[in-house]
Amino acid sequence: MKVGIVSYGTYIPRYRIKVEEIARIWGENPETIKRGLGVYQKSVPDLDEDTATIAVEAAREAVARAGINPEEIGAVYVGSESHPYIVKPTATIVGEALGVGNEFFAADLEFACKAGTAGIQLCIGLVSSGMINYGLAIGADTSQGAPGDPLEYSASAGGAAYIIGNKGIIARILDTYSFTSDTPDFWRREGQPYPSHGGRFTGLPAYFRHVTSAAKGLMEKTGLKPSDFSYAVFHQPNGKFPSRAAKMLGFSSEQIKQGLVVPYIGNTYSGSSLLGLAAVLDVAKPGDRILLVSFGSGAGSDAFAIEVTDEIESLNRKPEVWEKIKGGVFVDYGMYVKLRRKIKVR
Amino acid sequence: MLPRFWRKIKYRYDLVGTYCENCGNYYYPPRNLCPTCRRRSDVKEVQLRGKGTVVSYTIIHDAPEEFKRQKPYVVALIKLDEGPIVTSQLICDPNEVKIGMRVKKAFRKYGEDGESGIIYYGTKFVPDES
Amino acid sequence: MRRVAIIGVGQSNFGELWDQSFRDIVLTAGIEALEDAGLEGKEIEAMFVGNMSGGRYLAQEHIAALIADYSGLSELHIPSTRVEAADASGGLALRQAYMAVASGMHDIVIAAGAEKVTDVGAELALDILSSGADREWEGFVGATLPALYAMIARLHMEKFGTKPEDLAMVSVKNHKNGALNPKAQSRREITLEMALNSPYVAEPLRLFDCAPISDGAAVVVLASEEVARKLTDTPVFISACCQASDYLALHSRKDMLTMNAVVHAARQAYKQAGIEPKDIDVAEVHDSFTIAEILAYEDLGFAKKGEGAKLIREGVTNLDGDIPVNPSGGLKACGHAVGATGIRQAVEITLQLRGDAGKRQVDAERGLALNIGGTGATAVVTIFSR
Repeated sequence: MKVGIVSYGTYIPRYRIKVEEIARIWGENPETIKRGLGVYQKSVPDLDEDTATIAVEAAREAVARAGINPEEIGAVYVGSESHPYIVKPTATIVGEALGVGNEFFAADLEFACKAGTAGIQLCIGLVSSGMINYGLAIGADTSQGAPGDPLEYSASAGGAAYIIGNKGIIARILDTYSFTSDTPDFWRREGQPYPSHGGRFTGLPAYFRHVTSAAKGLMEKTGLKPSDFSYAVFHQPNGKFPSRAAKMLGFSSEQIKQGLVVPYIGNTYSGSSLLGLAAVLDVAKPGDRILLVSFGSGAGSDAFAIEVTDEIESLNRKPEVWEKIKGGVFVDYGMYVKLRRKIKVR
Repeated sequence: MLPRFWRKIKYRYDLVGTYCENCGNYYYPPRNLCPTCRRRSDVKEVQLRGKGTVVSYTIIHDAPEEFKRQKPYVVALIKLDEGPIVTSQLICDPNEVKIGMRVKKAFRKYGEDGESGIIYYGTKFVPDES
Repeated sequence: MRRVAIIGVGQSNFGELWDQSFRDIVLTAGIEALEDAGLEGKEIEAMFVGNMSGGRYLAQEHIAALIADYSGLSELHIPSTRVEAADASGGLALRQAYMAVASGMHDIVIAAGAEKVTDVGAELALDILSSGADREWEGFVGATLPALYAMIARLHMEKFGTKPEDLAMVSVKNHKNGALNPKAQSRREITLEMALNSPYVAEPLRLFDCAPISDGAAVVVLASEEVARKLTDTPVFISACCQASDYLALHSRKDMLTMNAVVHAARQAYKQAGIEPKDIDVAEVHDSFTIAEILAYEDLGFAKKGEGAKLIREGVTNLDGDIPVNPSGGLKACGHAVGATGIRQAVEITLQLRGDAGKRQVDAERGLALNIGGTGATAVVTIFSR
């Protein structure tokens, strides 16, 4: 059965903070950071925003664009590492806010930054088996970086929602492949406010191993080569890793450019590769092939081979992701710390 | 506040109001009884579009405990396209709010029942640039 | 219906009465009223009490019984009833007492109003007052009572050209009057500059546009005409006491710049008293916020809709103007003791009509009191005459 993306929606909070501003506080050289990380600024959620509100806004956009009755959605999966509740799902809040009704499969997912793509895989299964007509998979986060830690420059907030179905497909998912292993590169223990990570260990043994293995595995399975793809979107923890991964696999910087959003909004964790994909879909033309490879610490990568259909031209793709990235209100570090609730108040 | 908040989740998360088939009036917040028709009311639930115009607004500097962190914040009276006027927070630079500006709904947090309590989500409004 | 007169009045100081409890302030006002009426206390047949929120300010309900107890009236086992309509509770108590006597049910009755707000913090006190608005759909979104009146003010400014200076002038006038009132919370005059530079509470309303929430109690003794004439040479008659309701939330009102409850109650009151707005010589209105006083000028018929600001600009409502409004200093200078305000207003008008208003005395034969609940969902209009 043909399965694919029926519609998509995105949400990026409007506040931004520049690398210079964070570096100023911690006595670092901003130029070094920007060169090293390939990140210039990141998005910051407002006091009244969280993963649930981001997920709802992105999902509402997807549903509106699809023009379907929300009650036709048969499953809702929200992937995040910053769900508002540790126990009580975000998926039900999204379901209620969208008016999905009571008859749907639902669960929250966690797999660091690849929880969103894991949700897409679940929906692919449910749709392909005929169990549901439409599945909603969302990747959204309001990730935190410990003050003074390098992650503070990139941990940001945002989300993307995808409606998966077998009718009205704007981009067919030709195949998907995952590479998974128990690799402790980045983690957060119960009760800890900030994550911990293995420093340079997060590179080759973690990100690169899984991303390249998943990409290679998918290309082998489908018989596709890098030159068969117009675009490639890799998970974006910073602006450097995706470029290196692309090079390692034989993709050009041109192919990853459209989907490389991290320099301007930071790493939106579960939303990262999905926002990159959305930025590509905003401009993709019928026949274009897209490679999507997410990465979640702990660790694993989900790879997808996607082929754009004619239907994409009849979807309202505005406002575009890059348009949303451009708009933004800059805040200083003090306001940032207040917004991210890093200051304890009574 | 638990059951009390839960009862109205549908009407807060999205602008679900009521419509009286007898007289054609829309109501938000929802009403069980149409005040114009009283016993002759024929009230049905209706999903409102979520677009409207600012009728009046204020910028709150003296905030209640739960909203202290957000101050100054904007509260506005918004006339929805279908007719009813709703009181809501408006997420906007206080200097840019104008009577007559177009606004649209947004899903946001209104508060929480303390750090260990449930989170209150609801509908706020943002400028509608379209 | 019989004619009803006020034969005794009493009032505590209004303000932050730290060393007085709720029971203390009620007693102060009650004893003064009985002395003024020349009664021992055993003559009282029933009591009506206006108190907005004993439950939240004091964690004490059953206020009516408490007050009857502490005023020694429980010995006589009189019926004691508490009524509530947010900050119109006092007005309600006055009207219930009036009806009790007018109907012939009782001959001598007390109408009391009392509130003790400073036993809780200022923030909680404001939240409790804000429960006079719609908790579910106004309070939940963070709209406080000042915020709601601020939106009315902004609309009034936008539509009718009312200026911040006009609002400030109301505050200045009331403070000037309050300086002459020994029982007012604030006895100092303020300048226009002070008002216009005070910090914003909810734009465009500033600190000096908002009446403070205060402790206070007030009591009036009502009697039938027959009984009144036996007990006093200076009965002040209630020619009309009318009450009306309106939609609770501001967003539900038909016209947010008109308090229909006020218009309704006033119309009925003028009709019952057989007079017109221009026949009123002095008025106490509900200036919980300065904009409310401007609206009152219009809704009571002293000015056309939208032209309320003219009256304050031209000094018409000053103490020495054609129709002095809030000679006591109003809620702004006296302090807004929530449930007590409606009765305090009755006390003031009575004193004015008797000629007992001291330095703030005006020349008056007919007076009016307007007590409002929340943003106008309840209004009580009382007309008094000599």
